[in-house]
Amino acid sequence: MERLRSAEQVHEAIDRLFELVDSQLPLKAALAVIGIRTRGEILARRLVELLRQKRDQLIEYGVLDITFYRDDLSLRKGMPLVRATEIDFDLDGKVVLLVDDVLMTGRSVRAAMDALVDFGRPRAIRLAVLVDRGGRELPIAADFVGERLDVDPTARIQVHLTERDGDDGVFLVLGGRRRGK
Amino acid sequence: MTDRSDEFVWKRKHLVGLDELTAGEITHILDTAESFREVSTRSIKKVPALRGKVIALLFFEDSTRTRMSFELAASRLSADTVLFSAKGSSVAKGETTLDTVRNIEAMGVDIFVVRHSQSGAPHMLARHVAGSVVNAGDGSHEHPTQALLDIFTIRQRLGRVEGLRVGIVGDIAHSRVARSNILGLRKLGAEVVVVGPPTLVPSAITSMGCTICHDFEEALSQVDVINMLRIQFERFSSTLFPSVREYSRLYGLTAERIKRCNRNVLVMHPGPINRGVEITSEVADGPNSCILQQVANGLAVRMAVLYLVSQGSE
Repeated sequence: MERLRSAEQVHEAIDRLFELVDSQLPLKAALAVIGIRTRGEILARRLVELLRQKRDQLIEYGVLDITFYRDDLSLRKGMPLVRATEIDFDLDGKVVLLVDDVLMTGRSVRAAMDALVDFGRPRAIRLAVLVDRGGRELPIAADFVGERLDVDPTARIQVHLTERDGDDGVFLVLGGRRRGK
Repeated sequence: MTDRSDEFVWKRKHLVGLDELTAGEITHILDTAESFREVSTRSIKKVPALRGKVIALLFFEDSTRTRMSFELAASRLSADTVLFSAKGSSVAKGETTLDTVRNIEAMGVDIFVVRHSQSGAPHMLARHVAGSVVNAGDGSHEHPTQALLDIFTIRQRLGRVEGLRVGIVGDIAHSRVARSNILGLRKLGAEVVVVGPPTLVPSAITSMGCTICHDFEEALSQVDVINMLRIQFERFSSTLFPSVREYSRLYGLTAERIKRCNRNVLVMHPGPINRGVEITSEVADGPNSCILQQVANGLAVRMAVLYLVSQGSE
């Protein structure tokens, strides 16, 4: 595992992401920031805190588990624990900011959008990611990107966040791009 | 999304009983069911997890609520279901269970949910079919999803399972619900005491790790949970039962008896209840009862089971 970005650089990327989000998300609409489990959830929580400090506006926070919506369920052997989705507010008419740590194929985002529309009809869905590493397999693009990384398509990029991993950082995990389990 | 490799990974393709599951596997099913409970609160109560899969509900023995619960669980997972019930089917024409199931499998089925009057029928089928097998009750052997939903409800209401004392009351000898509950509860560290007339409580049941008590009132004073089994009237014709009235007087759960229990005692019943026989209406509908919660949780537990076996390979 090779470190690509230090904790300091991750903080800068999150700050950039926050500035982009803050400058472009409407001030009038009701906002909902929803993180994709597991690290998108942590990033979303950090963004919500920053947004709430700066904005005098209703900002909801939710967590999405996209396991049931994945398109590779039948390809995987053995499943880790599915956790609950926590969206205990109405999505109708809200501007939803979907948050994930790494954007690659776009399949997680596709699954997340499918899940979101089962909860209601948001006015708009925007996508914020900390790292865009390329390698899209679906026509999906992020609205807000903390940092773009140009890496080998077969490598796996892992974002570490203090709340879960004890430290902030971006790492290059060598080997196949998907865990072949 | 990244997954931690040290997290528990489900591998089983079948759920034929709690006997072969580890405590970790049982807990994993309960935790997964916890996530599925949320699906039933959405405006669209459906997830696409099993889209395109076919689930055959094979009810060689009658059942209404278990069948409906599995059927609804399957539809909330976006699976398609086909129903087979023994009444008026080819079974009446002399076809064997295995032939019946092989014919249905030839139509392309991924999961078989099996209810059968013969103990061991789901085990036999699991060895012979390519799809997954889920036991929905076999003879007097096991009814794993019922026990899982009972344990799920206990955990939800009392916050834990380990260290609790659970009383199971009724026809222990013929009850698959009792057997699965004893197995599951013991594995998760609860104590189990079985209660009933000596003719319906075989002494060998203690080999499953539970204790026997023939005095209902004595047992009541010691338990955190009372699971009242349904009395099957067809058995009253046998010599095992004295009479409905005598059974009810000795082993019926009344408001009077509830007063002698721990104030927060949890009253359970797998249904359908015989009001006034094993439990009075006052208790069944009272504050200690979680009977309807059990039914609601059954849906989440069965969604979890169908989902997990569909991902399993062993």
